[in-house]
Amino acid sequence: MQAVLTSTPVRTEMEKEIEALLADYDKTPEDLIMVLQDIQGKYNWLPREALEYVSRRLDVPLAQIYHIGTFYKAFSLEPRGKHILHLCMGTACHVRGAMRIAEEYERQFGLKLGKTSKDGMITFERVNCLGACAIGPIIVVDGEYKGDMTVNRANAIIKRLRREDAGEADDA
Amino acid sequence: MPKITSAEQLKSHQQKAKQELDNYPVMVSLCHGTACCAIGAREVAAAFEKELAAKQSVKFIKSGCHGFCEVGPLVVVRPIGVVYQRVKPSDVPEIVERSVRKGEIIDRLLYRPGDNGKVYAKEDEIPFYAKQSKVVLAQNSHIDPFSIDDYLASGGYSALAKALFEMTPDGVLKEVMDAKLRGRGGGGFEAGWKWKFCKEAHPDLPHHIVCNADEGDPGAFMDESILEGNPHSVIEGMIIGAIAVGGADGFIYIRNEYPLALRTFHHALKQAREYGFLGENILGSGMSFDIKISRGGGAFICGESSALFRSLEGKVGEPRAKYIHSVERGYHDEPTNLNNVETWANVPQIINRGAAWFTSLGTPDSPGTKVFSLVGKIENTGLIEVPMGITLREIIFDIGGGIKGGRAFKAVQTGGPSGGCLPESCLDLPVDFDKLTEAGSMMGSGGMIVMDDQTCVVDVARYFIDFLIEESCGKCLPCREGLRQMSVILHRICDGKGLPDDVDDLEKLGRTIIDCSLCALGGSAPNPVLSTIKHFRDEYLAHINEKKCPGGICTALIEYFIVADLCNGCSTCEKVCPSDAIHPVVGQKREKGELRIIDTAKCVKCGACIEVCPTDAIIRK
Repeated sequence: MQAVLTSTPVRTEMEKEIEALLADYDKTPEDLIMVLQDIQGKYNWLPREALEYVSRRLDVPLAQIYHIGTFYKAFSLEPRGKHILHLCMGTACHVRGAMRIAEEYERQFGLKLGKTSKDGMITFERVNCLGACAIGPIIVVDGEYKGDMTVNRANAIIKRLRREDAGEADDA
Repeated sequence: MPKITSAEQLKSHQQKAKQELDNYPVMVSLCHGTACCAIGAREVAAAFEKELAAKQSVKFIKSGCHGFCEVGPLVVVRPIGVVYQRVKPSDVPEIVERSVRKGEIIDRLLYRPGDNGKVYAKEDEIPFYAKQSKVVLAQNSHIDPFSIDDYLASGGYSALAKALFEMTPDGVLKEVMDAKLRGRGGGGFEAGWKWKFCKEAHPDLPHHIVCNADEGDPGAFMDESILEGNPHSVIEGMIIGAIAVGGADGFIYIRNEYPLALRTFHHALKQAREYGFLGENILGSGMSFDIKISRGGGAFICGESSALFRSLEGKVGEPRAKYIHSVERGYHDEPTNLNNVETWANVPQIINRGAAWFTSLGTPDSPGTKVFSLVGKIENTGLIEVPMGITLREIIFDIGGGIKGGRAFKAVQTGGPSGGCLPESCLDLPVDFDKLTEAGSMMGSGGMIVMDDQTCVVDVARYFIDFLIEESCGKCLPCREGLRQMSVILHRICDGKGLPDDVDDLEKLGRTIIDCSLCALGGSAPNPVLSTIKHFRDEYLAHINEKKCPGGICTALIEYFIVADLCNGCSTCEKVCPSDAIHPVVGQKREKGELRIIDTAKCVKCGACIEVCPTDAIIRK
């Protein structure tokens, strides 16, 4: 069985990329969650083609991979936006008013927690504590922590992102 | 680096590392923890590296969390021991010129709490640090977490050598049992007993050593700070655990939301292998042991032991019934000893200094210290380590500096989503595993969230239940469905549609969920609701009967108003209002313009105006 698996042909560009990610692992079913994290890290979501390939390589049924993909919050089965915004909703951030920011994002910009904006530009997600409670509420914009958030400052982030993207579109 | 192969070699290497450190006349320690990095520590580090590039005589370290996150980025210059707060890159040349070169103290960068004119220069004078007693965090501001030599210079891995060469495995076990070290992850079960049960289980099967670093409690970052600040203390503890239990291999399960902790620990493991503390034939003793990192997938339930093992196996993290003990059947159904980060970090200290020293700290039934993250509406947010038995009042008012902005204390939440809220009347409780449980909350892993009078306890209870609905694995019905029903009722109450029987129903539902759930998540999930009902029933009733939210939080029950006497007419609120709900009152002149008024019909209650009002003239009620 192993011989068959190791000779799984690599056909597409994506399969080649996944094969490169797998180089760090023993390729046992036990590595599944971490492999999926690497795929998520690379593409920002879990494309089906990648999952099918992982299923063959690690010898795990595709259904089981989807079970994992839907159970753990780190994974997204849909493409995510160009910008990823994480709003920390830990208890400390909550009592300091993180919820008001989420409400205002939905009201003003139509950004719903856990969803990607219609234009595909911004994905807005919650995270349960980043361990930097002193500066809560916190928004992480494309990996950059922004602390001491207020409704006004949070709104300014979206406006700036939209402005920058509009600028880029003009340049193009 | 050739591997260290004996206790003697280790000793000479430690001495050499210490000598090298001592040769530096000056040391600058910059807090480089997650919170300080988020407010500019990286830029400060770059400035120091540039300024100090030519100065060989200065040891500059980017250390783990110093604890006093509130006033970060923090810089300590030793040996003068001065603490600088809120340091900016532009301050760095002056620090290097005056404090590093001349040993002077720069007054403008010192810590000044409030307006009372008090200034603090030294670490041990600052009230936030003065009442703490640091064991696990003691080395945090002294060592570079990326340098194993720094850890060795502080006597690191001595406990490992002692356990390997001067003690028997049973002797190590006895020391930890005598120390009565209780699990710091929340359960409070004695680690020594756990080790003993694991050791004695199934001698024919391999035994595993696991570190639980899936710190899922929102508002808690103790374990993160230990991993970021002193990763080798955890590694050393785990190897000692493997000696006592007879562990074949080790795992650490770190949540992926902690990128810096992951990077630090990964590097520490690599160094420990290079030096011969991990791998084959550790320190020439013949023992072999290694540790593998597993990254969590962002599921709170994976902090539960049996769920964690399933996740380690690459599966979905669903817990199983408790009558199967993980010490007997854990990872791959083999005997597994699981302890939390802080528990492991205590182990080398116990071996080095002895059980008698450890039991001299804290209380008889909860010896030692405990690390807490003190957060929420508190003046001094940060990471603290205190002896068990200290009162909540000392923690919140002496160390924490009281409530932010001098407001009134309402409650403190301990134990995360499994714990509860304690009111003013409980403030003199000594903090240990048993006393907090008796009061209806629990110690938990160490998150302590302070709430002021502008917090709504019903809203907080709803927050935790909604959090747990998301995090429930869905395997057993009481947790999956029961929490949903509790959430429906809590939302109804917060929306001003609460019914007279709702509080009683919440209590009944809560007790049923506790009795019938499969694992500890469900078994403790109703605690935030039950404890707030116990201590703050009036607030629930105010929501239901009077349709009022005393904390001014529940949007459906509050309105925004401008206090006419306080408004200075500056119009800042009008400019930020997204719904054009703020207008001038014609003819009502104030200092900077016309008095403003809020049209409550148009107001969307977003709170943007309160944030910008310079005279605090806007209120919610």
